[in-house]
Amino acid sequence: MMEPRENPMNSDVILKVEHVTMRFGGLVAINDLSFDVRRNEITALIGPNGAGKTTVFNCVTGFYRPTMGRILMTQKSGKVCHLERMTDFTINREAKVARTFQNIRLFTGLTVLENLLVAQHNTLMRASGYTVLGLLGFKGYRNASVAAIEKAKLWLERADLLDRADDPAGDLSYGAQRRLEIARAMCTDPELLCLDEPAAGLNPRESLELNKLLRAIRDDTGTSLLLIEHDMSVVMEISDHVVVLEYGTKISDGTPDEVKNDPKVIAAYLGVDDEEVDEVLDEITHATDEAQA
Amino acid sequence: MTVQSTNPASKQESLVARGLREAFFAGLISLGMFSLYVGLKTDQNMLNELVLVPRWGMLAIFVVLAMIGRFLMIVAVQPWLAARKSARASAAHGQAEVPGFVARNLTVLAVIALVLFPPLVVGLFGMQGSLKWIDNFGIQILIYVMLAWGLNIVVGLAGLLDLGYVAFYAVGAYSYALLSSYFGLSFWLLLPISGILAAFWGMVLGFPVLRLRGDYLAVVTLAFGEIIRLVLINWVEVTKGTFGISGIAKASIFGIWSFDVSAPNNFAKAFDLPMSSAYYKIFLFYVILALCALTAYVSVRLRSMPIGRAWEALREDEIACRSLGINTVTTKLTAFATGAMFGGFAGAFFGARQGFVSPESFVFLESAVILAIVVLGGMGSLVGIAIAAVVMVGGTELLRELTFLKAVFGPDFTPELYRMLIFGLAMVIVMVLKPRGFVGSRQPTAFLHERKAVSGSFTKEGHG
Repeated sequence: MMEPRENPMNSDVILKVEHVTMRFGGLVAINDLSFDVRRNEITALIGPNGAGKTTVFNCVTGFYRPTMGRILMTQKSGKVCHLERMTDFTINREAKVARTFQNIRLFTGLTVLENLLVAQHNTLMRASGYTVLGLLGFKGYRNASVAAIEKAKLWLERADLLDRADDPAGDLSYGAQRRLEIARAMCTDPELLCLDEPAAGLNPRESLELNKLLRAIRDDTGTSLLLIEHDMSVVMEISDHVVVLEYGTKISDGTPDEVKNDPKVIAAYLGVDDEEVDEVLDEITHATDEAQA
Repeated sequence: MTVQSTNPASKQESLVARGLREAFFAGLISLGMFSLYVGLKTDQNMLNELVLVPRWGMLAIFVVLAMIGRFLMIVAVQPWLAARKSARASAAHGQAEVPGFVARNLTVLAVIALVLFPPLVVGLFGMQGSLKWIDNFGIQILIYVMLAWGLNIVVGLAGLLDLGYVAFYAVGAYSYALLSSYFGLSFWLLLPISGILAAFWGMVLGFPVLRLRGDYLAVVTLAFGEIIRLVLINWVEVTKGTFGISGIAKASIFGIWSFDVSAPNNFAKAFDLPMSSAYYKIFLFYVILALCALTAYVSVRLRSMPIGRAWEALREDEIACRSLGINTVTTKLTAFATGAMFGGFAGAFFGARQGFVSPESFVFLESAVILAIVVLGGMGSLVGIAIAAVVMVGGTELLRELTFLKAVFGPDFTPELYRMLIFGLAMVIVMVLKPRGFVGSRQPTAFLHERKAVSGSFTKEGHG
């Protein structure tokens, strides 16, 4: 197995997945999986359909509880959270991990702006004295709600949705809904953002806009990203680090270039039997040798 | 059915001619259909033989009715529908229509009308004559408005289907009835206590059931409503069972004036007015009006607070809520408790108004009517729900008044017996015409550029 690339600038690890196994009855969805997500990087999780990528996400964000192993999240402040022990909503609130969904889950009947305000629920709840002070019209809550709208505006601008702010979220186009879901997740102030197939169903132009948005998130807010993606143009373009899964186990881990040339990855994507991997490997090395010669 | 001509020449053809032609066809078809069903009747004669009795007159009436109906459909109804449709389409293309004066100031006008209602009715019908209007219509409708607004928080905003809401109404009513009879506490002290007790029971119900969703939640809340009623019936030592509790103390004007006839500080005596029971009813009308105003104020304020937004988000997508760090259990519990609290207030008021409570008043039908008001009004909309309450409760009360129908259908006809039938039919019609209720759109709680109503096709009903 290839050693992960060491980044001299930012070598500290934000998320450490250690020996995680997830079983559903007799089915082993993830088998003894370990990988790291480094701070201020975009890490992509790729693999063929049914490789267990979304299951990894659900374990990280608390929607599933892994059968074995541990998932450690180290925040900027140095606080370490054991995500495998926390419930879904506390993972967002305490551990600062936000996520989006493969099939978009927006509040379609609320406006775009309201979607972003719901995301700031916990901040606003505290500011409104758990509703009581806010109901009595205290000033602290009014200031907080103005600040919340400002923050929503900022993210609407970044997601290029400012002119659609007052439209129902269900009325947006598919690409805009994807961007809104990312903006909504960012409104919870996460340190780690998990995106489940953000480019699925986007046209090439929307894909490019998405790449820009994701890079902006990494560079401007210092949020680390972990994403599942099938669209290789997105993965190779923007990720700093790629982890490849097949049948719930990690088969490769490294920079996009390293992964791209890993024979195991090629074999997995082309669908070669385990016994034939060595043969294919030989063929590939021959082919590259010949090409070089 | 009839032949639909697509020939452009037929457009010049006058409506009446087309109507007549289609009426003729409709007549032929109905003649064919009804000649055996209606035109001939089998009967027994004196010799117990089966004979055919022709009923040509009846058949003629059926055929003529069908012809007139088709004629009116072609000449009047269809052009009217088409005109309305094109008018709506052109309005949608042009600039948005400016709402009229009434639409803009609906709330203010409604409040003014309600405040002026009792003096107006007293002026029109006299002291005794006004009783029926203020009590049967005014107070009765406002109680249901309040109950429906309370349930709206649970069903309309949070999307939790509660079929046992009447349980909290019962808790409020019995809290007032028992605490005032056993301890002699006053209405104004017991009103908040009843609300708190109902909210407490809302939480007690909420804890075990909120892990359930959709249909399962509905069934368990239904069971809870029945449990409360059965406890009230069977806990005879405290609740006097099916006899109910009578002689419940009346509410007073903050202890300054009383409405007890024997009390020295009687309201009528204090102001040297002729004795009448109408004063108490008028006072109660203003009390329930104030309670409704409180419910509306709290509902509107809560909607634009984080907790209200979380309720609506919960209705839209619970999993997304959890991914955003919202504790869905406490959010659901607050919705349940807040809704139950208003049910408790309404219950305490009900006890003070009736002077008598029994488990009879808290049957499942009450829950169903309250839920029907919420659904009919448009889930989440206070105005729509108020209209629905007026239509449903006022409408059924009005059907009691339809004594002139006796002149039409004979003296044995009792319109009261048909009121649930008519009521059910009316509901089906309304739901067919307006599937999202009277007010199907949703007003956003915050906006950047302009406030646009969200169409009902985007909002969800919630899955529990």
